[in-house]
Amino acid sequence: MTDKIKNSFAKNPGGKAFIAFITAGDPDIDSTYEFILKMAEAGADIIEVGIPFSDPVAEGAVIQNANVRSLKAGTTTDKVFEMVAKVRKVSDITLCFMTYANLVFHYGYDRFFEKCKELDVSGVIIPDMPYEEKEELESISLKYGVEYISMVSPTSEDRVRMIASEAKGFIYVVSSMGVTGVRTDFSTDLKPIIGHIREVTDTPCAIGFGISTPEQAAKMASISDGAIVGSAIVKIVEKYGKDAAPYIYDYVKSMKEAVIAQ
Amino acid sequence: MNSKGRFGEFGGQYISETLMNELIRLEECYNEAKNDPVFNEELNSLLNEYAGRPSLLYYAGKMTEDLGGAKIYLKREDLNHTGSHKINNCIGQALLAKRMGKTRLIAETGAGQHGVATATVAALLGMECEIFMGREDTVRQALNVYRMELLGAKVHAVTTGTETLKDAVNDCMKEWSNRTEDTHYCLGSVMGPHPFPTIVRDFQSVISKEAKQQILEKEGKLPAAVIACVGGGSNAIGAFYNFIEDKDVRLIGCEAGGRGVDTPETAATIATGTLGIFHGMKSLFCQNEYGQIAPVYSISAGLDYPGIGPEHAYLHSIGRAQYVPITDDEAVEAFEYLSRIEGIIPAIESSHAVAYAMKIAKEFSKDESIIINISGRGDKDVAAIARYRGVNLHD
Repeated sequence: MTDKIKNSFAKNPGGKAFIAFITAGDPDIDSTYEFILKMAEAGADIIEVGIPFSDPVAEGAVIQNANVRSLKAGTTTDKVFEMVAKVRKVSDITLCFMTYANLVFHYGYDRFFEKCKELDVSGVIIPDMPYEEKEELESISLKYGVEYISMVSPTSEDRVRMIASEAKGFIYVVSSMGVTGVRTDFSTDLKPIIGHIREVTDTPCAIGFGISTPEQAAKMASISDGAIVGSAIVKIVEKYGKDAAPYIYDYVKSMKEAVIAQ
Repeated sequence: MNSKGRFGEFGGQYISETLMNELIRLEECYNEAKNDPVFNEELNSLLNEYAGRPSLLYYAGKMTEDLGGAKIYLKREDLNHTGSHKINNCIGQALLAKRMGKTRLIAETGAGQHGVATATVAALLGMECEIFMGREDTVRQALNVYRMELLGAKVHAVTTGTETLKDAVNDCMKEWSNRTEDTHYCLGSVMGPHPFPTIVRDFQSVISKEAKQQILEKEGKLPAAVIACVGGGSNAIGAFYNFIEDKDVRLIGCEAGGRGVDTPETAATIATGTLGIFHGMKSLFCQNEYGQIAPVYSISAGLDYPGIGPEHAYLHSIGRAQYVPITDDEAVEAFEYLSRIEGIIPAIESSHAVAYAMKIAKEFSKDESIIINISGRGDKDVAAIARYRGVNLHD
């Protein structure tokens, strides 16, 4: 499935990809189904589907509140799987799950990754499972060909090469300190980090956390292989609820255009 | 195996990549400091001259006579400066933070005791301090909020989730991932990612180091049991640690049973929890079938936490320590009992340990002894206990 992720980058001019995040079940699971298809239609290359957690410690207020709304609406890991199965009947868009270690652990690493394979979900992003702890699911990830997506942050320093050299699928480069959420400026110079990654791997790397405007997305894509956007999309859902689909479509389209123009 | 800080299968470092290098630096700094005579001299000097150690091991004669079994000894952590065991850890971590060049401390707090202790040490060492406290706890423990502000700390009322200790930890971790350069997260219990469970245990183990020496002086033999309350578990691990190798000493942790372990309004993690990964560690947590963390409840803000430190989960798994739930009702009765019989008002947290000692004292003979760790004093709880009894002290 690494190939499916790699192709999501390689198929575009310049090999740049736009990755869109959505919290599953916000405001309800049927809307998420619709939003995913709209984002695919608007040109999102990879869609990260967030499985809601009661205590999402890597998230800023926007996505945290989306998690709360989703859980209140009765979303469970199984219901997210059912929704993705429905998506798979009509779309082969590249998908990854983003969720917290406890949900994957509790479902059972083997059962969870087997389910991912069955649903053609290419990778799993777990922000509270760093390099040192990935060992406990690595063999399972390998068995099903569903990638553990590695994250690198501005504080990774000497860890960048170590993480990147073992990374599969794509590398999630965290733009700045702190949690997810819209930022107005990015103080960290990410070029050296991207440089270190490229020294050791040709696995594509995309930048996320805080990106909301086409200008920001273009800038991030110009120094890496793509941009990841979450909070800005979730904000649209927060504002328009079930009626968010056309607004999401327009937004994703503009972001994708900015990214591939690089 | 790359994973560090394991107690059996429990522990580890399940934390965002952003914080990993900071945890590695903290571990390195601690490993250096603990073998540095200058660091230890400063630590011991502050513990003795500022915090008031060693704390007394008091023979509770009236209680012993009344219960009619083992001799009851109280380890008086409530007599420490700031009124609880929390200061032991705060002094240690603040010195580590300074050694790492940090100028700002952040911390979570439940009952407010850890927040007060952190704010106190920050004032003493001239550091900035910000405390995260669940909004509900700021109401339950309003006096402690004002104490922290008096000490120069900024208190953030956390309004997410259940607005209690768990949510305070969430927000404190978020703040730390936002700013590590000048900031140390002075984690208050034996929980979180490695190296915190080990560092906090080591700083709290002074409790059992003293208690062991004191009981041998007074009784000429080891106690039959050591009893302590457990939320995250820092006072309990401190009280247990130097007795772990003494297999004849029963180690008993008292969890917050809330309104009963057969109701959802409980925080008894060992009694009702399952294996999971949260707040940086693999341990036992109160959670649902999908791994969503449960909204736990206890009358005691300091024990109102859905998890338990990994070393406790381990001691439980190998049968070395025993964990029992104590209900709100039992804790409040013990709170009132110790106040009247010995003239000592214990924290509502520590009252959970007192309650269990009251239950089992009779099972022991008169030449055996039990040590109860009185982890904190109860002044902060007076208003809440009055409310519990239907007395409104305000207006």
